[in-house]
Amino acid sequence: MRIQSKKSMISYFLVSPYLVHLILFVSFPVIFSVVLTFHKWNIISEMQYVGIDNYTRLFQDRLFWKSLVNTLTFLVVHIPLQIIIALALAYILDQKIFCKGFFRATFFLPVVISGVVVTMIWKQLYGVDTGLINKLLVSIGLGKVEWMTNKNIAMISIAIMATWKNVGLYVILFLVGLQSVPQRYYEAADVEGASRWQKFRYITLPAINPTIFMVTILSTIGGFNLFIEPYIMTGGGPLNSTLSAVLYIYKQAFEFYHMGYSASLGLIFAFIIMMVVVIQKYMIEKDE
Amino acid sequence: MSRMKVTKIIIYILLIGAGFSFLYPFYWMILASLTPESQLGNFNLLPLEISFENYLLMFSKIPIFRSLLNSTVVAASSTTGVLVFGSMIGYALAKRDFRGRNALFFIIIFTMTLPFQITLIPNYVLMVKFRWVDTFAALIIPSLNSAFAIIMFRQVFKGIPDDLIDAARVDGCGELRIIFQVLWPNIIPTIITVGIITFMNSWNEVLWPLIVIRDENLMTMPQLVTLFAVGGRSDAQLGVKLASAVLLALPIIIAYSIFQKHFIRSMASSGLKG
Repeated sequence: MRIQSKKSMISYFLVSPYLVHLILFVSFPVIFSVVLTFHKWNIISEMQYVGIDNYTRLFQDRLFWKSLVNTLTFLVVHIPLQIIIALALAYILDQKIFCKGFFRATFFLPVVISGVVVTMIWKQLYGVDTGLINKLLVSIGLGKVEWMTNKNIAMISIAIMATWKNVGLYVILFLVGLQSVPQRYYEAADVEGASRWQKFRYITLPAINPTIFMVTILSTIGGFNLFIEPYIMTGGGPLNSTLSAVLYIYKQAFEFYHMGYSASLGLIFAFIIMMVVVIQKYMIEKDE
Repeated sequence: MSRMKVTKIIIYILLIGAGFSFLYPFYWMILASLTPESQLGNFNLLPLEISFENYLLMFSKIPIFRSLLNSTVVAASSTTGVLVFGSMIGYALAKRDFRGRNALFFIIIFTMTLPFQITLIPNYVLMVKFRWVDTFAALIIPSLNSAFAIIMFRQVFKGIPDDLIDAARVDGCGELRIIFQVLWPNIIPTIITVGIITFMNSWNEVLWPLIVIRDENLMTMPQLVTLFAVGGRSDAQLGVKLASAVLLALPIIIAYSIFQKHFIRSMASSGLKG
């Protein structure tokens, strides 16, 4: 008995740093966030109980819906673009090519660089008159695009930039998937006289399906976590067209000091994220 | 010319084009930061005239070296905490039997799926109540533990034979010595993976510092550069802003060019698990 209790004492000692963390920075905040959503509070004066006012206000809040639509716009552009480009680059890197390691490392570079730096650079690339992208478009005879100042384009611009930043990671993941296909499958297909497309469709694609789904889920979470890119590039504008979920939570809390309302936004967005991920996972499992 | 050859040429053109599009923006940033403001606005391959005036101006406007030091202290402390605590908890979960072990493991998995949007505002309130706003405690203490690190360490410790641990116990080693002196030398790749990811995440984190730090002398580097980029203090001078961005990117670029393979392997393995 003594030995047993000493043994568990040691175990609890080992896990104690995490238990403290769990109570302080996870359990308490989750419970307190629910409490906060029923209050009005500017963090200085007394908390004021308001019932479900924050929630009724939230569902009538044009900006809440706007930020949700913006996030969906981002995802609709970002996810397919990311999958297609990552897959194409991985497919090329999977061939016998010269300097494979160099190209892999190059594609991966933006992944490790701070989003702050990437956004500062792209803000210049997207410039209407001075930006490199418009200069290239004009030089091949196309017109200028208002990348950051047109409300219908700004979020798409951010989605393109995010693809450029993250695609390297997914190239690596797809490469792992591609290399998991045994070479003899392709040899057998060659014997049967299969075309390049048939080989891709019936051998490669099933092997990388799990990776495609993983990219979808990770990008979805990334879309809902979007903050620094719109914060630096557009400040959420023009006309709130790049107001992301986290940027809106941030603005409500730290520009207007609506702590209760901001917490409600956080809770609802978290709920939406979990729902979307669960639905995606369900669809994946059904598909398999 | 055979079809094979044409395909090869197309592949190389695509590859070089893609490679260029990933490298040039960074190269341009460095070039622009070294170009006098009056000559900016052109996209060149070679500099017309190199000058450090943007850097000197930036040094006089923001405490960039102070923020470099701050970021280093914060990232190094968090990484140390995550490695030490992560292996203690991972070890307990993998190799020790105690009441609530499975429940704890499920809670840890659950916290990984919990979106941070829920805890962001309450955690800020906690920092206010603890009077940690504008202290390093707010930046370091909440990030000393990581569910991801615990899972990684649990997994690698599960693969280590019990004989090794039993032998160490017979020799009179305590649990902490077993973890850090006997087991750590056997799990170097995991330590590197967790270390790189934690350090990089901490180095690049900007939302949390923006919330809990207001004192310019305590700001981390990405935070200071962000506020410099969006604020009015750079007087809309592009070169000066880009000079601060170069200094922010430089430590990671240097680390990446040395440990490039480790970075890629670590990030890929964390992606595969996440």
